[in-house]
Amino acid sequence: MVLLIFDNPSQFILSHHREVLRLAGEHLWLVGISMLLAIVIGVPLGIFLTRRPGWKNLVLGTNSIIQTIPSLALFGLLLPLPWLGARADRLAIFALTLYALLPIIQNTYVGIIGIDPPVREAATAMGLTRRQLLWHVELPLASSVIVAGIRVATVSTVGLATIAAAIGAGGLGEFIFRGLNMVDNNVILAGAGPAAAIALGAYLLLGLLQRTLAPARH
Amino acid sequence: MSDSPAIEFVHVQYRTERNRVLLADLSLSVRRGEILMLLGPSGSGKTTSLKLINSLLTPSQGHISVDGRPLQDWDLIRLRRNIGYAIQEGGLFPHYTVWDNVALVPWLERWDREKIRARVREVLDMVGLPAGEFATRYPHELSGGQRQRVGLARALAANPPILLMDEPFGALDPITRAELQKEFSQLHKRLSKTVVFVTHDVSEALMLGDRIALMDAGALRGIYAPREFLSSSDPAVKPYVDAYRSMQQVFQS
Repeated sequence: MVLLIFDNPSQFILSHHREVLRLAGEHLWLVGISMLLAIVIGVPLGIFLTRRPGWKNLVLGTNSIIQTIPSLALFGLLLPLPWLGARADRLAIFALTLYALLPIIQNTYVGIIGIDPPVREAATAMGLTRRQLLWHVELPLASSVIVAGIRVATVSTVGLATIAAAIGAGGLGEFIFRGLNMVDNNVILAGAGPAAAIALGAYLLLGLLQRTLAPARH
Repeated sequence: MSDSPAIEFVHVQYRTERNRVLLADLSLSVRRGEILMLLGPSGSGKTTSLKLINSLLTPSQGHISVDGRPLQDWDLIRLRRNIGYAIQEGGLFPHYTVWDNVALVPWLERWDREKIRARVREVLDMVGLPAGEFATRYPHELSGGQRQRVGLARALAANPPILLMDEPFGALDPITRAELQKEFSQLHKRLSKTVVFVTHDVSEALMLGDRIALMDAGALRGIYAPREFLSSSDPAVKPYVDAYRSMQQVFQS
């Protein structure tokens, strides 16, 4: 039985391998660009919050609210916007970036705030400038926590990106929606399987990076 | 210039953001080349006073000068690089090796490579940690006493004229502590830096201090040479002297 169930989707994938690869490529592109943007925006924003804690509730609160908007609804709501709505992939990347921001901002903030106070104090007392403190002490010591945030965000973005197909942004979600319409599990699995594999791959790779960066403890 | 005190507090008050007064009205001069011990129970304002010197804290009232110059005339980064800082447990950078911990400030000061190498070796030698054996270790691979030595080496690395020490030996076992106290005392004779040293341990204060500033509840009770301290009739000094004497009796019997 098990063999039968798994045999069919793999046959489907094999016979459609060009399309699977193309959609997987689109999927990776959507996730990659979104994550890149989320990191470029989220890490500095997290650092900013450590400098101006007064902004913390506003920034993290706004982000939490965004997280509660169902993704399909967010895609739909953004569709009529002038520049964003013009291209489906642009819109999808925008929405995916918004979703990915929270864990990155939060972990950057927590990672830096969580540094042993005497370490930060000694660094300041030794005459490190703000920037030197950031690059020599705070970021290296927070890096594994920041990567953990990126890891969580990446895995959920890989999953969320399948929804982007609903607005025509492409990616592996196309198989899922097509399969849903055709009531054909094999087609659904041709999208869901590779998406899960990408998520797992990202999870393992970033986990490896996280462990490499983790500061040694006694 | 050279006859001005190394550090001077003039009617300094420090309040927290919530208006708690941690230091009421401190006036105090630290002489060049002396070890001034700040002795007192926790909450007496010793650490606060120390952190005011290198501007980790800013006085709410009054003035502090370092090297005859008011703090507000100092460039903050220059000031701090002129002042070594050693704290309990070392506050070492866990992601840096011993070598990198010690070399950081000289490196930030853009010393040339050879000079840094020679200096790091020299200070590691001074604190009894030969570079050959310890340079590549990380803080978590060291004992408490070794970490404390690295902390001291790091504070000395850029050869600052002033050293601030906040219970640097407080977390060590008694044997290691005694060892480090003795070595520090000898080191100071060679280096003749101005040292402000926070402790709550009266025997440490008597052993290391040229003078002892007794603090209580955010105020200075008096400054004494060790001999004066032992013979003082001040009721605030008495409990310390009693504790010290009874400890000595225990050792003698």
